[in-house]
Order: sequence, then structure tokens, then C-alpha cells
Amino acid sequence: MSRVDFTINKEQRRLDVDPEMPLLWAIRDHLGLTGTKYSCGISLCGACTVHIDGRAVKSCVTDMGAVRGRSITTIEGLAQNGILHKVQQAWLDEEVAQCGYCQPGQIMTAAALLAANPRPSDSDIDKAMDGVLCRCGTYQRIRKAIHLAAGAV
Amino acid sequence: MHGHATLSRKEFLNLSATVGAGLVIGFHLLPKQLMGKADAPSAFGPNVWISINRDGTTSIVMHRCEMGQKIVTTLPMIVAEELDADWSLVKVVRANYNPAYGPQNTGGSASIRTTYDKLRKAGAAAREMLITAAAQTWNVPRSQCRTENGRVVHRGNGKILSYGDLVAVASKLDIPEEVPLNKPADFSIIGTDHMRSKDGRIKVNGDIHYGLDFTMEGMLTSVIARCPVFGGKPGRWDQKAALAVSGVRHVVQVSAGIAVVADDTWSALQGRKALDVEWDQGPGAALSSEKISKLFHEKANSKGEVLRDDGDVSGALKDARRSIEAVYELPYLDHAPMEPMNCTARVHDGLCEVWAPTQTPGNAHEVAQELTGLPGDKVKINILYIGGAFGRRLRTDFVRDAVEVAMKVPVPVKVMRTRDEDLQHGFYRPASYHVLRGGINRKKAAVAWSHRLVYPDGAWVTGGAADINYAIPNVYVDHHTVDIPVPVGAFRSVAHTATGFVNESFIDELAHAAGADPYQFRRELMKSINPRLTAVMDAVAKQIGWGQARKGRGHGIAAHYSFHSYAATAAEVSVDKSGRYTIHRLVAGIDCGRIINPDGVRAQMEGAVTLALTKAINGAITIRNGRVTQSNFHNYKLLRFDEMPEVEVLLIPSDEAPTGVGEPGVPPTTPALTNAIFAVSGVRIRRLPIGQVATEG
Repeated sequence: MSRVDFTINKEQRRLDVDPEMPLLWAIRDHLGLTGTKYSCGISLCGACTVHIDGRAVKSCVTDMGAVRGRSITTIEGLAQNGILHKVQQAWLDEEVAQCGYCQPGQIMTAAALLAANPRPSDSDIDKAMDGVLCRCGTYQRIRKAIHLAAGAV
Repeated sequence: MHGHATLSRKEFLNLSATVGAGLVIGFHLLPKQLMGKADAPSAFGPNVWISINRDGTTSIVMHRCEMGQKIVTTLPMIVAEELDADWSLVKVVRANYNPAYGPQNTGGSASIRTTYDKLRKAGAAAREMLITAAAQTWNVPRSQCRTENGRVVHRGNGKILSYGDLVAVASKLDIPEEVPLNKPADFSIIGTDHMRSKDGRIKVNGDIHYGLDFTMEGMLTSVIARCPVFGGKPGRWDQKAALAVSGVRHVVQVSAGIAVVADDTWSALQGRKALDVEWDQGPGAALSSEKISKLFHEKANSKGEVLRDDGDVSGALKDARRSIEAVYELPYLDHAPMEPMNCTARVHDGLCEVWAPTQTPGNAHEVAQELTGLPGDKVKINILYIGGAFGRRLRTDFVRDAVEVAMKVPVPVKVMRTRDEDLQHGFYRPASYHVLRGGINRKKAAVAWSHRLVYPDGAWVTGGAADINYAIPNVYVDHHTVDIPVPVGAFRSVAHTATGFVNESFIDELAHAAGADPYQFRRELMKSINPRLTAVMDAVAKQIGWGQARKGRGHGIAAHYSFHSYAATAAEVSVDKSGRYTIHRLVAGIDCGRIINPDGVRAQMEGAVTLALTKAINGAITIRNGRVTQSNFHNYKLLRFDEMPEVEVLLIPSDEAPTGVGEPGVPPTTPALTNAIFAVSGVRIRRLPIGQVATEG
């Protein structure tokens, strides 16, 4: 057990946990933020994507020991004052979600992409979104939603 | 006329408690005869589906299981249409298991087609009562009143009463036996695209709770160590090392293996890793995919049980100008939904409560009752949101896991699976082996069709095999099963994943053998007996520009009837010299009768195409040493973002009864792709997945 201080969704938090525990399980089991999803556990699907200091990171392979002093944002922290992030709003407008399980990871990845590259091309989108799997078949709507959020359409 | 009339007070109270745990807080389900104070009811609830509050907010119950097919929106649209509800005031309540709703098991692309009439009548009954209530209030004949958008309007003087204003009066009325239904021409909700998904927001802000997200006070988390070999069981095992892991509370044996129960997921996983267990692998350990294929092949040499025998296939093949034979072979597939199997259960004080992301709450109820020995009313099944199912969650193995563990520990337990465990302990789309023979006469027409299927015992593979979509005079179909200890189950479109591919590939082979255009060849054989399927095929052919593929590209087409719907797909593909293929365009069409939620149908078609491409390109579960070889998404590959072509979906307008949507798009899509590969490369794909196309150049 080890004490880890960090910021999550703008709140200071402290956990006494095994420093090898993946951030994913700390977020879900110890902080009760279940929007971040488990699916593969070894960085193959992106369902667990969160932002650490603004960058999209797979929380299933990020140890708690590595998040000391870092600032984490999860899907629950993306909207500000009840107003959806433009990526979330575009997701609604395009009716992207089917089962919805992978969507937090898709949305967090897309939001990080747009923060770094406000007008991504199709190939930029391919590259950024390639690691985030959807079994239902929402990829083409995700592409449209990212373009919509970027203001390109 | 509906469930409430026979609902006992106890059942009703259970129902209120269960629906109260749904999507909406503050919902009141109050059939009128159960209200304590008839003069001041808080809501008008003429049946189990509808409750209108005094403020006009209208709760509509969605009683089936939502797994991405958008019925949480679509089924309430049917009720709202007949109710003439204000959609913006409609709140959807996801029901838990309760026999008052009728069947709740969700599969077979059946949710709409089996509940459409029932839900319309429920909405219409409430609407008629609200009209009567307004007529009584105004003291005018009913004929002078009409409904629109959540209110009753007087035809003459334009006076208005909102549904909320009519709660008290309507609640006193008798429920009509016969009710008129709205005319489809007047529909303003059904068939329109402006009804936003009722669960859209919670799916983008993290608020939605799937099975794996469920938690409650005192709940522990468990993972089960399972014998990797099918049919194996624990031999010697010792709990000491697992119990020594921080956070591990219990180690118990259940029928699936050894369950490690801990304070949180990480402790449970560490405990399972530390667990000391040896497996008694049993006779299954010798099984391999090669052996299964050999068993199929051997069996295919003998005559099977006959499914259809029209005319004289042997004679027709002998007399044919040209006859061909081909063997098709398909692998096992895992559903691999993004949310792995999981379930939470609590067994205490003569009660069993289950929280399950299940497609079959009725079956879950049976299993929990059987395991606990409790009477039905002491077993409660809460239906949670499902993170993908594709047929996997029709099974109840994960419910069994949770109830068995919960019976051995004194607190609520969530039993979850890791990805490797989920892939290796599934109920797979069965592997199958198909021998096809066909004959062409001098007029280039198909005169003989013969199909022998070989597949594992207990699997459903024959649907669509005997009832081919083509008018061929001599048809023979038989089948064999082989005893194989790999669990099998229903995978989106079930038998049609196999028969759609095989039929639509072999008819393509026959067309090419006849030197005919594959689309026109199909059309000639199909149009007299299957006009609706022909129309869908025509639509996709037209959309892709059949016969006008640009240089270096080929077109493929396929059409298949399943789940009472007609679907066709056309693909445009190129293959480079190294055998790599690219899908440039994909057009998928469906005639599913009357369309309730057009965008929902488009999404399901996009999903069906995605699943079909995934299995065509990479899908295979292989067996070695009695166990599944694949362990995660690196060796069981799902379609990736940059592999997804844009799907052009065509919806065929229809006034016929609504039919299946979730599954029919799958069967024609894989063969449309492989037929296009043949058209451009001359390579016929008879074994899936495709892998690299072995071009002759």
C-alpha cells in the first residue's frame, strides 16, 4: 500500500492503494467513477481511455504509482457546468452510440485529438482513433461526429 | 385487456418497486383500481405500459433488454404514436423482470415484430380514455374531441386539455375492450427521424450503468479460475496463497471453477493469479481445429438426415450441361462484446436478487430459482444495460456464476470475467462444413442444387439451408451433426451466418459457371418466388452502379431472407498484386416492413455490416489441446477504425408488418465481399476468414 495524491476531474484526491494497481481499477472501484470502461486490460481496445495532463492515456496499463501529482480527466469530467463538451454534443447530434460501452473511450480519444489538432483530416482521424475498438459498428458515425465537432461541416 | 387486469396487489407492488429502479426517478405505476384515493390519483395508469403524471410527463415502460439496438427509444415510439403523446414529455422506464409484461427475452430480431400490435393497443386504449375524460369534462360528445401531441383538442371551439389535466377524470374510467388504431398515413412519430434516442445523453457523459458498473453497499468482487480445457474441472487446489493476497476474502468452489472473492477487482485478479490449482483436463484435451475439420470431412462422405428433396437432383446433375462441386468451411466465432460477461447476485434471508446485463431475464429467473430452490416471487431479476451481446447474453452461465458464488458468501458479489476468460469460455458460433453441388442446363439456368451440412451437435445451422431463395427445380439438402465438446450458441443472425454465406457464394459460382452476370442470374431465379428480396437486390445493384465498376475494381452482390426480412448487400473491391484487398464501397439494403425508427434501422445495418466484415476479414476461434487459442484482441481481431468502409444504407419503404432488423443485414454482407473479390481477382473464397487473397499473379 502506498499513498498517491493526484487531481481527478479538478478535485484533489488521495488514495492508499497498491502502487501497481492500474489507474482503471482505482477510478472505477475506489473513486466510483464507472464511466471509464474495462474491456481488454492490456491496452488493445481503448475503452479505458482517460486524459492525463491533457493527453489520451489507456488507464488499464497506467499504474497508480505513475499518476502521483498528475491531473486526470475522465468522461465524467469532460462536460463543464452541465454543458457537454463539443465532442459529446456532436456524438448526440450524429446519434453515434449503439450499446455505448466503448463510447467514453472513443469520446476521450477524440477530445484529445481535437485539442491537439482542431481540424483533423480523415487520415488524422484514422490514426488517432485506430486503437479504440467498437464491436457495434459506430466508426462511420464517429468520423462524422469528429468532423462536426471540429466545425468542418 | 392488458396485464394489469390480472395483476395481484403483491405482483403490482413488486412491479412498482422494480420499475422504480429504472431510468427515471419518481415514476408511479398505478393501475386505477389499486389507487387508495380515487379522487386524487397522482397519475393515470391504464395499463402496465403507460403512466401519465399531472404535469403531463408520461412514462412509458420498455420491457425488453437494451444492448445497442435502440429499443429503449423505438418501443416507446410505438406506444407514444398511438397515445398521441408529446415525445418531449415522454420518459422511458426500463423494466425489470416481471411476467406482467409478457416475454422479455430479447433475441431473434423479435422485439418490434412481436410487440408492435400489443404496444399500439396499449397506447390507443389510453388515448381513447383521455378523449372520454375530456368529453366528460366539457360535457360534449366524444366525436367532437381529438388528440394531438399530448393534449385533447375540441374540434369546434379549439379548447384544449393537456393529458396531465385529465389524470383525475381518466383514472375513473373503465378500460375499453376494443380500441381504434391510428392510420399509418397519420403517423407522426413512427417512421420519423426526429425522435432522439432517449438514452443518448447518458451514453456520452458516463452516467449510464452497465452490468459491470453495478455496485452496492458491502459488495465484493470475484473472478473465477476456470479449467482452460472444455469439459475439464479442478483437481487438487489450495486456497492459502490466494487468501494471503491483500483484499481477498473468500475462495470457494463453484461449478465453473474456483472463485476468488475480494474487496475490489485488482485484489480479486491478484488472488486468482496466486491461486494454487491443478486442472483435471479430461478427454477434451486432445481436441484441435484440425481434428474437428477431419471429423466433419469424414462425416460428409455419407448421406445425412434429409431436410429437402425436390425433384431428382442426381439425375439433373447427370444431365446438366455443366455441374460443379465446392466445399465451404467456417470457423468457430466468439461474440466478444466489449463488456465482458458479468453479473451481481445477493442471496440472503430467503431472497435472491440478481443484477444482470442479460438478454434473457426470464431464463435468468429460472436459473436463479433452480439454484437457490426459492419460490419465484423470492427471486428478483434486475435487467441492466448491456455493453454488447450479439447473442452471447442469451445464455445464463454468468448468472449461474454469480448466484452460485453469492450462495457461498454472506454479502452481494459481482462475478466478472477478464477478456481472455471471456474469449475462452464462450458459446461459439459453430464451425461448419458444407458440400455443395449444382448443375446448369443449356439455357444457362440452374437446374440442380445440393447442399450437405456438417456441424456440431446442439448447434443451429440449418436455417436458410433448405428454403433457398431461388426457384431451382431439383433441390436436395441434408445434414449431419458431430459430437464436439466446444460450447455453441446463437451468434447474430445464427444459422444464417453460415447459410447466407454458403448459399450466396455458391449461387455466384453457378452464375459464373453459366457464364452469366451474377446479379441477373440471381434475379431470374428469384423474381417469381421472392419479389421483395428481388426489389432489395435491385436497389443495392442500382446504388452501387452494377456492372460499371471502374478499372481494377470488382462488384459483388448477395441477397438473403432471414428473421422475416429481406436484405441485400453490394460491395466494390480491389485486390492488389500482393493479395491485399480494399473495400471501396458497401451498399446494404433492407426491407423490414414498416419502419418504426429509421435511424435505428440504419444504425443496425451499419452494425450488421461491421460484424459481417469483422468475421469475414479476421474472425476465427481455433482450438488446440482442447482449449481456445485466442486470448485477447491481438489474436481475435475486431474491425478497426481505418478498416471500416462507409456503409450506404438503403431502407425500402413498406406498409407491411414490421419484421426483424438486428440480424438480417449480416448474412448477405460477407458473401457480397467475397463475391466482389472473385469478380476482380478470380479467387473464390470458400473458407473464412479471408486472410490474404492468394492471387495467381
